Amino acid sequence: MPKPMSTHQDTVRAYWRANLRLIGIYLGIWFAASYGCGILFVDLLDQYSLFGYPLGFWFAQQGSIYVFVLIVWGYMFSMNRLDKQYDVQE
Amino acid sequence: MTLNVLTFLFIGASFALYIGIAIWTRAGSTREFYIAGGGVSPMANGMATAADWMSAASFLSLAGVIAFMGRDGSAFLMGWTGGYVMLALLLAPYLRKFGKFTVPDFIGDRYDASLARGLALLCAILISFIYVAGQMRGVGIVFSRYLQVQIEWGVLIGMAIVFCYAVLGGMKGITYTQVAQYCVMICAFLVPALFLSLLMSGHLLPQLGLGAQLDDGRTVLQTLDEMLTELGFDPYTQGQRSTWDRFMLTLVLMCGTAGLPHIIVRFFTVPNVRDARESAGWALVFIALLYTSVPGVAAFGRINLIQTLNGPDQQGVAYEAMPDWFRTWEGAGLIAWHDHNGDGRVQYAAGSVADGGRPVFSGERGEMGERLLSNPSSGEFDPTRQPFASEIYIDHDILVLANPEIAMLPEWVVALVAAGAVAAALSTAAGLLLVISTSVSHDLMKRTLRPNMSDRQELRFARLSAVLALLLAGYFGINPPGFVAEVVALAFGLAAATVFPAIVLGIFCRRMNSAGAVSGMLVGLFSTLAYVIYFKFMGGQEAQWVLGVSPEAFGALAMVLNFATALVVMCLTPAPPESVQRLIDNVRIPRGTRWQ
Repeated sequence: MPKPMSTHQDTVRAYWRANLRLIGIYLGIWFAASYGCGILFVDLLDQYSLFGYPLGFWFAQQGSIYVFVLIVWGYMFSMNRLDKQYDVQE
Repeated sequence: MTLNVLTFLFIGASFALYIGIAIWTRAGSTREFYIAGGGVSPMANGMATAADWMSAASFLSLAGVIAFMGRDGSAFLMGWTGGYVMLALLLAPYLRKFGKFTVPDFIGDRYDASLARGLALLCAILISFIYVAGQMRGVGIVFSRYLQVQIEWGVLIGMAIVFCYAVLGGMKGITYTQVAQYCVMICAFLVPALFLSLLMSGHLLPQLGLGAQLDDGRTVLQTLDEMLTELGFDPYTQGQRSTWDRFMLTLVLMCGTAGLPHIIVRFFTVPNVRDARESAGWALVFIALLYTSVPGVAAFGRINLIQTLNGPDQQGVAYEAMPDWFRTWEGAGLIAWHDHNGDGRVQYAAGSVADGGRPVFSGERGEMGERLLSNPSSGEFDPTRQPFASEIYIDHDILVLANPEIAMLPEWVVALVAAGAVAAALSTAAGLLLVISTSVSHDLMKRTLRPNMSDRQELRFARLSAVLALLLAGYFGINPPGFVAEVVALAFGLAAATVFPAIVLGIFCRRMNSAGAVSGMLVGLFSTLAYVIYFKFMGGQEAQWVLGVSPEAFGALAMVLNFATALVVMCLTPAPPESVQRLIDNVRIPRGTRWQ
């Protein structure tokens, strides 16, 4: 939890740092699901199977898209909470 | 009722709906014309964004591309959805907070330079024009195939409809027609997809059906892999493209998606930052509904196609016994047959039936009524890999349109698909036309040449430039320059290499100044153009690819060049002025969204 900030500028800076951290986490998941599972390690994952798909193929054609949807909604909820926490919401 | 009448009914009814919406949503001010008054609900905007985004290419071509490329086609699925993650995390909320009308608006104000504004304007118009010509062409193809009218008339009818709602209603008209068009389009895609999945796998959802087990205990994908290997193709679930090329292609499609001006401006239409974030979430849900169904449609379509062409005994089917759709598409030049072994049967296997890939028709008919080719291939094949030479050419774009017919679904499904394809093409065309017209009336006239003109005058300019852009798009739809297909990839490359870095740096790099952004955009723009022109038109060979990157994927490399150039130049030049620092502080927090 952030302590009460002395000035508006400090609040904005802390809010921005928290936002960048969230973006970093979510983009990490985004990269792992698409470039990681769907491209770089696709052959490795294809040894396993899920719902009748080879796992790497499933990530490339199905799973990554589901993960993207979750990321965008997850980021929205995280940010709405962050906005309130730092009192910069609409 | 015949298919013709049904198609007229479906397309006519959808057109009546669009015109009704156009009359209801006439724009009265530039704010309504540019951003629909800024009061669109997040869910409606998400739907409109999905329709704006999913063009004739997504609707018609994507499933075909996946069906014939297998796993290698995944770059398009991931690229064209993953871009929304970047849009939602890196661009949309901040651009909405900035609160003006266009992409050049942001770049011009952020870098406090008319040069940056001008460059962004040039890129926005270039990207949108490349895109829009293909859309009008898509409308023409659907009309000519289903209504047996000339392609020219198809394009003209499409233009008239777009005129009604885009020119009169601007963004307001476009937004609400796009909501309707999304509904038409998603029904048109999902109904045959569900039918197909149920028929082939017993599962209603193609997302599950593709992994289902068939009666013999093997999965759909295993069956398809085996069918393809027997015919000499590579297995469906394995790729031929290098990992590096797939990586770069996915990257350029993602960043290009996030940098497309007609998608970005959709986020200006919602009331505040919170709604912009939510709107991106809805857009991706609506897009994912179609995109996660595509792999199923693709694989089922390919299996159906092989079984129909090669018959139950896998030895080919007599040409005379081919179903109607085969001859219709042959008539349209999108299917071709050359009887290499002279047995009168159609046989489908690996390899090309025509020299150079695309068939050239001689204009004469053979004894069975087939269209003769003037460039048949030699017909040689490797008997250890496949049972016969390929005698068939199939254009990838027809898979979605032909799928319901190949699977013998009811005729109303076929008519629905035609209406969906038209909706997909028109909704995207309208969004692009709006970008072109606002670029001219707002960024060029109001912000650069005639800053003193009134709102009414600007609105008149907006309508006028929309009409001109529509006429030009229609002209290219009727007389497509031969290079349309080659340059569509360029639109994504350009967006990734110019607009995307300029905006991201503008938001996340406080020190970035106009010298850095402008030099970055120039490097991105010219390197992409030069690379594509050299390899597509001047005979560049694959061996000369820089770092092994194909022209389609080069935008990713150009984007890296853009970022690097911008950062180096930034370090050598002075920091931006105080007013720009305030603008950056302002876009970074949601509070205080208001119209400036």
